[in-house]
Amino acid sequence: MTNYAYTIWIPLIPVFMFLILGLFGMKMKGSLAGILGTLGLLTITVLSYFTAYLYFFKTGEPEGGFQAITAYNIEWLAFTDTLRIHMGVLLDPISVMMLVVITTVSLMVHIYSIGYMKGEQGFQRFFAFLSLFTFSMLGLVIATNIFQMYIFWELVGVSSFLLIGFYYQKPSAVAASKKAFIVTRFADFGFLVGILIVSYFTGTFDFDLLTSGDGNIFQTIGAASFMGVSAITWALLLIFMGGAGKSALFPFHIWLPDAMEGPTPVSALIHAATMVVAGVYLVARMFVVFHFQAPGALEVVGYVGAFTSLFAAVIACTQFDIKRILAFSTLSQIGYMILALGVSEYGDEAGVGYMASMFHLFTHAMFKALLFLGAGSIIHAVHNNDLRNMGNLRKYMPITFITFAIAWLAICGIPPFAGFWSKDEILVAAFEKNKLIFFSSVFVAGLTAFYMSRLFFSVFFGKKQHYHHEPHESPLVMTFPLMFLALASIVAGFVPFHDLITSDGKSFETHLNYSIAIPSVAIAVLGMFIAFLLYYKESKVPDKISKSLGIFYTATLNKFYFDEIYLFVTRKILFNCVSQPIAWFDRHVIDGFMNSIAWAIQKSSFKMRDLQSGQVQQYAFVFVSGAIILVLCFAYWLN
Amino acid sequence: MNILSLFVLIPVLTIIGIILSRSHNMVRWVALAGMFAQLVTAVVLLFAYFAVRNAGNTDAMVFYQDVEWFKTLNIHYCIGVDGISVAMIMLTGIVVITGILASWEVTYLQKEFFISLILLATGVFGFFISIDLFTMFLFYEVAVIPMYLLIGIWGTGPKEYSAMKLTLMLMGGSALLMVGLLGLYFNSSTDGHYTFNLLEIAKVHIPTNLQMFFFPFLFLGFGVLGALFPFHTWSPDGHASAPTAVSMLHAGVLMKLGGYGCFRVAMYLLPEAAHELGWIFIILTTISVVYGAFGAIWQKDLKYINAYSSVSHCGLVIWGLLMMNKTAMDGAILQMISHGLMTALFFALIGMIYGRTHTRMVDKMGGLMKVIPFLSVVYVIAGLASLGLPGLSGFVAEMTIFVGAFQNPDLFHRVATIIVVSSIVVTAVYILKVVGGLLFGPIKNDEYLSLKDAKWFEKLSVGTLVIAVAGVGIAPLWLSNTIMDSLTPIVERLSQVW
Amino acid sequence: MIQDIPIQYFLIVSTTMFFIGVCGFIIRRNLITMLMAIELILNAVNINFVVFNKFLFPHQLQGHFFALIVVAIAAAEASVAIALFINIYRRFTNIEVENISEMKY
Repeated sequence: MTNYAYTIWIPLIPVFMFLILGLFGMKMKGSLAGILGTLGLLTITVLSYFTAYLYFFKTGEPEGGFQAITAYNIEWLAFTDTLRIHMGVLLDPISVMMLVVITTVSLMVHIYSIGYMKGEQGFQRFFAFLSLFTFSMLGLVIATNIFQMYIFWELVGVSSFLLIGFYYQKPSAVAASKKAFIVTRFADFGFLVGILIVSYFTGTFDFDLLTSGDGNIFQTIGAASFMGVSAITWALLLIFMGGAGKSALFPFHIWLPDAMEGPTPVSALIHAATMVVAGVYLVARMFVVFHFQAPGALEVVGYVGAFTSLFAAVIACTQFDIKRILAFSTLSQIGYMILALGVSEYGDEAGVGYMASMFHLFTHAMFKALLFLGAGSIIHAVHNNDLRNMGNLRKYMPITFITFAIAWLAICGIPPFAGFWSKDEILVAAFEKNKLIFFSSVFVAGLTAFYMSRLFFSVFFGKKQHYHHEPHESPLVMTFPLMFLALASIVAGFVPFHDLITSDGKSFETHLNYSIAIPSVAIAVLGMFIAFLLYYKESKVPDKISKSLGIFYTATLNKFYFDEIYLFVTRKILFNCVSQPIAWFDRHVIDGFMNSIAWAIQKSSFKMRDLQSGQVQQYAFVFVSGAIILVLCFAYWLN
Repeated sequence: MNILSLFVLIPVLTIIGIILSRSHNMVRWVALAGMFAQLVTAVVLLFAYFAVRNAGNTDAMVFYQDVEWFKTLNIHYCIGVDGISVAMIMLTGIVVITGILASWEVTYLQKEFFISLILLATGVFGFFISIDLFTMFLFYEVAVIPMYLLIGIWGTGPKEYSAMKLTLMLMGGSALLMVGLLGLYFNSSTDGHYTFNLLEIAKVHIPTNLQMFFFPFLFLGFGVLGALFPFHTWSPDGHASAPTAVSMLHAGVLMKLGGYGCFRVAMYLLPEAAHELGWIFIILTTISVVYGAFGAIWQKDLKYINAYSSVSHCGLVIWGLLMMNKTAMDGAILQMISHGLMTALFFALIGMIYGRTHTRMVDKMGGLMKVIPFLSVVYVIAGLASLGLPGLSGFVAEMTIFVGAFQNPDLFHRVATIIVVSSIVVTAVYILKVVGGLLFGPIKNDEYLSLKDAKWFEKLSVGTLVIAVAGVGIAPLWLSNTIMDSLTPIVERLSQVW
Repeated sequence: MIQDIPIQYFLIVSTTMFFIGVCGFIIRRNLITMLMAIELILNAVNINFVVFNKFLFPHQLQGHFFALIVVAIAAAEASVAIALFINIYRRFTNIEVENISEMKY
């Protein structure tokens, strides 16, 4: 048995980096801070790869499939005798896979940022935050219990908040960071209640116990139900609500497009590759519970995923900001992963959806990070985000062009690039479980190919723009990560996921299902072809088409007015109709009541003061009349 | 000589030292030295406490000392501590010393200011070490009265009004309290040997109907100080007018006296009534929590925002206590400590920002991060602690309360729990609104460009608090366990069937 | 000869005087009239002293002496009071009792 205790350093090194850069960063030169941060990350990347190697190939697969190993566990807080929060490291196939993904993308983003953020104010702060984020994200994936996950869940949220609001003097960035935090916070409220329900019934937070196959631990929950739905289903739906918030699934998707206000490397790291898949990871982590205890909840998961993927893909077709297109594309792809979990069964080949979801998570992280970094490189050169101000860039930026093209092919699902393999598995899983979701997914595949090609052609081909400054290729420090990720996008598809990461830890065989693969590739090619016709050369056709779609187009362009709805609910209802009346009520009614008590006492004391007028005659009158009354009374009573 | 008596003695010596001091500089150094000695004593006490416990002492109160004071009425100067009081004493020590640092530059009637401040601290320390209810009440009054002077003389804005309001409402609470305490006193024994001693009273069973009668007096009496809805309105006005250090001490420590009294006196001594009448106060505190949070959203004045936030957080303290199981009560006490540190930090920062910009209106400021980065970063940390970020103290306390509360199986507690949990979202809204408006965005006023960042004593003051907040947040186990152990007798008595 | 007059007659006179005095003290606003009313009350009391002494303890003189002391004190009191009145008159130019409320609060 290999000793994995050293893995505790994987999250600890970034947190030390954060402290060093955060406390002493201001005294350092910017480049030193960047290099320090990158070196720290390089160390943990090596450690993670080493761990993955040990876990998958040295410890290997025993008889009953890959086992979860608790490499480290320390008690952090005790609620009751059984409910105890530990901080630890849990190694199982998905967490090891996530370690590799996070450290790889994070390392690339670190390297890239040295070039991208050069000369920005707060360079050290940026790297400190990146380290903080990496720490939180690693802590999240290696969580041994659901409460540790929640803790890091919140930390991830806050580092995302800090990074989105990195340009803190820009009001739009501040607004976006607030929005991201509050929306995910609202979802986390559901997550927390879900945790409370589960922990109350099972008496534990530990994943070990929760996901142990027999499900005995859920016996006590049995009869408990609320509004006709069993308590465990509610709990899991609430937990999924948390996941939906972090993964920006419908209806919590609104924060992600706005989050693009952050620096582009941040978008690549947090809002494409790692943090937003936390929700997928959460459902995968709890998959056994979902599948055996609440299949109904899992079905909801599937539909939410399918709807999000469709919804976001439609919106992506109309946007002009390249980062927003990529953001909606991310939404759509995360929807894919979620729906794959939703349609998955447990064990063997029936569990293909689970495997596909993790596979897609893996490949998507590579090519989406590449797309974002490529977009960053473009923005860096053009100083603009708008698609309409770009065109013909392939001549100026050859490396960016080629790497971007690879990512583009990968996301469109063209073999042999990474996206094709994982997407194909998802479609297979959907086909076997739910035809509606399957057709929607195939349609989304076509839409994806269309909007990505639209982006690709508009940026690198299309009309010859007149640029203010001549765009030029980014320096090597930025193009190296692009090249590395491009390589990853090509080879990631050949990683044998069915041997490594499956729902029950045992490997199974998969075959390329041609009856699904060929139509899906065909529809992707069709989408690319339409986009080629419309956007390869400058033309008026797209405008005409959008005009002819009328209200549907406008609604899509405005993201179906979800931002406005949320704004209405918060501003108009919560602020103006709840908060303001409460503030008024407090100041005027409650405080007024207290003040009126004081006022009444004061008034009555003035009245009482009149009794003591200081006029002897008045006193004498009272005295005499009192005496007379007393005498009369005595006379009466004594007789 | 009992170590606990030092907590009353040191401030008295410090006050004498201040009276004898000759210069401004000397006054504040004497005050600082005195309070530093106090903090050191608190730390020593903490370790002594652990040593005693590790040695196997399982008494409810350790360092017990009992001196007869007023024989006719059987009033004693009776002191002793358990883990909860030790934690509260630590909290007080930290907040007082940071308060002294935060008022380093007070010059108007400086001697009197520091004397009142230290007198207030004496009252608080005395309250936490008292076992005799009468001495407890006495120290409670000692803590409340200087508040009137501190706000009325050194305050800002409508200070006389606020001081009057605060003092009168708290005095109203004291009056209720006195009734309750006398009720306890005259039922403390059946043979006429009445006693004020907490531990003695805990041994007798007060008849249920009398418990029901006196419980509201005691609970409301302490609840007023704990900003229980609807008796919280002294808090916004009082805090807004109070000088920085007073806000810190008041919100940080004095409001905790309310919560502490609620469980130490009201719930511990009248357990049946606590069970019978708890639901009324659960409703009130549930309102407090949500209402305070929503109230804070609409405020523009930093101190008002914080005052309402305190209403919400202190409501959570009493709410957690009323859940009446070990976990939730543990959480409530953690919340007292956490809120004490957090809110002291907030008020310190607000005072420092106000000292620079001369306004407390959020909408008049903006972009302060650029000009005073140190204070701004600390403000963000305070905000994050307040909205319950893991790794800072607020999270630990809130989660312990929520998990504990959820162990109550009936629907009423469940619904209350979910309503209260939802407040974490609202808290995030108002905190981020303030942080966004105050620190981020463009600078609205060119005069702010020349602001200077924190001076050494300000850095020391907020730095201490930040370390304390993070310390509790990162390694909560020892604190939580200490409190949990000390809660055992209280929880046992609460769950006992008579 | 005085023994022939029944005691009630004396008491009727003194009671009437007493109540005239009390009424005067309560009703009148002029300080001097009030002082005169007080004198009436005192003298009503004096009559009672003397009469009861005569009827109850004819061979003793305490009542008489007490009446004399009252007369003496009344004289002293009147002189002090009138001195005050003169001062009040100088300050306020009148001696109406209701106008003199400077020291009330």
